[in-house]
Amino acid sequence: MRPSPARLLNILVPVKRSIDYAVKIRVNQAQTGVETNVKHSMNPFDEIAVEEAVRLRERLKDAVKNITVVTIGPTKASEVLRTALAMGADKAIHVEIPETPGPEPLGIAKALKEVVGREKPDLVILGKQAIDDDAGQTGQMLAGLLGWSQATFASKVDVDEVKGVVTVTREVDGGLQKVECKLPTIVTTDLRLNEPRYTSLPNIMKAKKKPLEKLTPQDLNVDLTPRLETVKVTEPPKRQGGSKVESVAELVEKLKEAGVA
Amino acid sequence: MSTFNRLRPTLRATSNLSRIHSQHVVRALGGGRLASTHALVFLEHSNGVVEPASLSALAAASKLGSGDDAKITGIVIGSKDEVEKVLPTVKKLPGLSSVLHSSSALYSPPLPETLTPLFKSVLTDSKFTHFFSAHSSAAKSILPRVAAVMDLPAVSDVTSVEHSSTDDATTFTRPIYAGNAIATVRAGKDIPLKIVTVRATSFAPLSDGASAEGVEVKEFQAVEENAELTKHLETSVSTSDRPDLGTAKKVVSGGRALKNKETFQKTLEPLAEVLGAAVGASRAAVDAGYADNSLQVGQTGKIVAPELYMAIGISGAIQHLAGMKDSKMIVAINKDPDAPIFQVADVGLVGDLYDIVPELTEKLK
Repeated sequence: MRPSPARLLNILVPVKRSIDYAVKIRVNQAQTGVETNVKHSMNPFDEIAVEEAVRLRERLKDAVKNITVVTIGPTKASEVLRTALAMGADKAIHVEIPETPGPEPLGIAKALKEVVGREKPDLVILGKQAIDDDAGQTGQMLAGLLGWSQATFASKVDVDEVKGVVTVTREVDGGLQKVECKLPTIVTTDLRLNEPRYTSLPNIMKAKKKPLEKLTPQDLNVDLTPRLETVKVTEPPKRQGGSKVESVAELVEKLKEAGVA
Repeated sequence: MSTFNRLRPTLRATSNLSRIHSQHVVRALGGGRLASTHALVFLEHSNGVVEPASLSALAAASKLGSGDDAKITGIVIGSKDEVEKVLPTVKKLPGLSSVLHSSSALYSPPLPETLTPLFKSVLTDSKFTHFFSAHSSAAKSILPRVAAVMDLPAVSDVTSVEHSSTDDATTFTRPIYAGNAIATVRAGKDIPLKIVTVRATSFAPLSDGASAEGVEVKEFQAVEENAELTKHLETSVSTSDRPDLGTAKKVVSGGRALKNKETFQKTLEPLAEVLGAAVGASRAAVDAGYADNSLQVGQTGKIVAPELYMAIGISGAIQHLAGMKDSKMIVAINKDPDAPIFQVADVGLVGDLYDIVPELTEKLK
């Protein structure tokens, strides 16, 4: 017999299109942001989140009913949704917004709350931070808005869908912490949770046929206007590489000169 | 209140000049708390000791201003025993005008689900203008949740704080894109409570001795909600005799070139020992299992800024540099002369680390 519908898990994975992690970024002339005419890809922590959702289905089989990915971003952000679909997600939602101004985590969390209201997931898996704004807030904010349990910086996730709990090992300062969250819950991924798979060509082709729903912030009735003002964006102070030394003796001398040895 | 009385005659004045003046004053008084700030600082602790990173958060709060117009309240939370143990130390912290404490079995260890209702209760309808904490793993999990339930944005990992009392705005700088750009962010007065986590290495803890006598200590009634949401099962702390990585004055860090866990320890430990340094690692070394996760230095690991950072067998990827490029002196040992680490290192030595490190250790003894 199939498990009763109440025990079928819906998983929602929010993803973000960001500048590729390997790109050496440049601050723009006007000091309003960085040059964005460079390679973009899915935020690495979000890839881990998608991978985890797909692995949960591989482990729990039929207990996972649906994996939905969602992004809130400009037109091009639908690329990352196709990537997520090729990795194994079932359907995608694109909340389309203009390129600027970039929304803040609180706005995103509010939009995601509305998506949660529509999709009724039991588990939302997010990256622990986006590597562009490095804020690391969205998951926690969403959990707060929903009043759900949360487990940040996850390096291991075990879902017990029968008991309705998720056991998460979290990477905390100085070690690891294990918590048990009651479903529905929010999990944010750390780097060591898994190794995301590569998408194969057949899967990329299949992904093109999977449903991708387009929405606007108005559909969700949310205002994504930033509340903090970005006054400027600047280059960090340049660090000048010093000299190379030829021998250990010279190195020791330099250390003693600097008073650190 | 005294400010109000002193300004009152100006408000009544009718000359043109004073009207301009008075408009300004009216706006000032309308804000209610213009020109004064009151920061709440979340003081994390373990074993009766305040976390050094929280002392940096306190130092950041002190940048808001000085004197009677810039008050700072520290808040200590935990089980009854924990709070009692740390309270005597907290009372003596420099810069604090008062201390709040709240205890419940639910608060140990601190979980976002149970602390959020407490913080919300402390912060709602209070006079606090700022809420500061360290950018620690606990606070990173808690503060955004608190911000959301209060419908406020939060500012993460700030490296500077500047408050303008004329327009009640606070300006912060914070690194973005793994520290490859610095954003200057302004939280205006339409954000009545500024919620901020602080990069510890950017704020030197205040020196002792400046503490006022008779700091006010008040207990805040525990808010026991959400107990059912998340259960803490266990915390395993990796122990080490070495100084704590986040606050060590010297760090010896190893990368992928260390081959395995045994050589990692055998090569780096003796050097760290003679220097009195903490041991760190690159992500590659951590992923390969050479070192514990908690030793990772970088964008997604620890941010360090010691006096001396020795990068051994580390190429210097953007993500690693993000975690250590504010170190005072960077030494790189690598056999690849073109490794990016040499572009930031003050002193570089090209060669085989297996020859260099033992020789260096010997010479430093």
